[in-house]
Amino acid sequence: MASRGALRVAAQHKTLVAGAAIVAVVLAAALISLVWTPYPIDVLSVADRLKGPSPAHLLGTDQFGRDMVSMLMVGARTSIAVALLAVGIGILVGVPLGLLAAARGGWLDETLMRANDLVFAFPALLSAVMITAIMGPGAINAILAIGIFNIPVFARVARGGALSLKSREFVLAARVAGKGEVRIIAEHVLPNIANLLIVQGTIQFSLGILAEAGLSYVGLGAQPPLASWGRMLNEAQTMMALAPSLALYPGLAIVVTVLGLNLMGDGLRDLLDPRLKRRTV
Amino acid sequence: MLVHAAKRFAGLFATLIVATAVVFLVLEVVPGDPAQVMLGINAQDDTLAALRDQLGLDRPAWERYASWVAGFATGDLGTSYTYSVPVADLVAARITVSLPLALLALALSTAIAIPVGVYAASKRGGWQDGGIMALTQVGIAVPNFWFAMLLVFVFAVTLRLVPSGGFPGWEAGLWPALKALLLPAIALALPQAAILARVMRSSLIDALHEDYVRTARAKGLTRRAVLWKHAVRNALIPVLTILGLQFSFLIAGTIIIENVFYLPGLGRLIFQAITQRDLIVVKSVIVLLVACVILVTFLVDLAYALVDPRLRRR
Repeated sequence: MASRGALRVAAQHKTLVAGAAIVAVVLAAALISLVWTPYPIDVLSVADRLKGPSPAHLLGTDQFGRDMVSMLMVGARTSIAVALLAVGIGILVGVPLGLLAAARGGWLDETLMRANDLVFAFPALLSAVMITAIMGPGAINAILAIGIFNIPVFARVARGGALSLKSREFVLAARVAGKGEVRIIAEHVLPNIANLLIVQGTIQFSLGILAEAGLSYVGLGAQPPLASWGRMLNEAQTMMALAPSLALYPGLAIVVTVLGLNLMGDGLRDLLDPRLKRRTV
Repeated sequence: MLVHAAKRFAGLFATLIVATAVVFLVLEVVPGDPAQVMLGINAQDDTLAALRDQLGLDRPAWERYASWVAGFATGDLGTSYTYSVPVADLVAARITVSLPLALLALALSTAIAIPVGVYAASKRGGWQDGGIMALTQVGIAVPNFWFAMLLVFVFAVTLRLVPSGGFPGWEAGLWPALKALLLPAIALALPQAAILARVMRSSLIDALHEDYVRTARAKGLTRRAVLWKHAVRNALIPVLTILGLQFSFLIAGTIIIENVFYLPGLGRLIFQAITQRDLIVVKSVIVLLVACVILVTFLVDLAYALVDPRLRRR
């Protein structure tokens, strides 16, 4: 019954519901594209190039005769996959590092935090440039570059959360009861910072979508024949005067997705941590 | 204050050294043979040998690293493989585009964000506030390069008010050069301004709840005077931090935006260098950009301590 109560509370948060609805639609489009798209996107057809919207092609076709709806669906899959995996890297590496720094303190904490600052000085784009310089371009590079940038973000959140819990009664009680550091982290610290991590995860997810779009726009991300919103914008740029709608749809797809994720993040934060409500940024 | 500054300066220096070491490791040590990476697998043996010689690959890695880092002090960063021009000259020419662009964008975004944020906070809960918050929410979600494309379509392609790309050079005069940087700067500034305005608003709302604001009102100061003299000044401190953090996004943004507008800046240089696998150029330009970010973070930190004396002791 608890989950039903939670659903009712969630329904009262309009931003959360609106955001989650948008994200659900994009997610559905991405998942469906795994098994079905209206047209294949790796078949070029000169006869169908630059068609306007029609029942056959709801959003028309691009300069290579590819169906825009199909391209956008596959693009959604690329964006979500890259951003999600990058968040995964951030959490899997960053959270243990942050917890370790909080638990040990001292020089280890200091070193890890300095390393964090260093990573912050390398925007995902510059990391991607370096990785591409030695490995060549590809979606994996984008995942790595964005993921590396996510590590210090999650390390900070985990460390801050763990430090604030360190002197709380229930953690002290667990320690007095003789529980080891690892068990305390697993049973008391992690469940209590999960909220923070979920909210941060949503924010990094939306930043990841933007970063992936930027990287594939400049050619450092997904390579053809894989469709991605950033690449579509890159290809649309030379066609701006002739077919502006080619640049419109992928851009709108990015804006709507990021907007949905940000609304969801704001809503989740209000829901999970009501104390922060006043400080909405 | 001096001790604080000296400590921070030592930290800055150490971070720079580690950053250069990371770049060197990734681009010169990890790939094994940088010459092979630059020339590809089909390279002729004598071409490879010549490049290895130029890169000084017969010397140990630490020696190459030391002489490269020393190059930042002496201005000798080697010669670009594809351009056959000293890297320092390339960088010097390109930075006259990138730096003004970044600064213009930073100035624009601050000039827009602070008044908008203050206005929204002063009308908190009203329809003006709601409208601004909704607008900034969209602003955050807009990729700057897409916004740039829309600006080009409206102001360059359709209205023909400004050039759609390219850069005439500063020797063409201040106005033509600025005109070429205007759209790129706006495209960079607006999404940044959306974030900054939200930070300004929430920081000011927090400040307005402080006791000193109530005291100032109680002693008879007008609402307006309290807002600007007391609350805004204090609310600017978090804004400063975000501004410093945003600089790293601004640098990344500049690199992408230069590609939208075909501006001959550091961003274009780095992409041309990657396509041609000119690692000599790539590594130095990356270090310069990273150094910019680190330096700005350092300056923000110092400014922070100046504004808030309590932080000096930390």
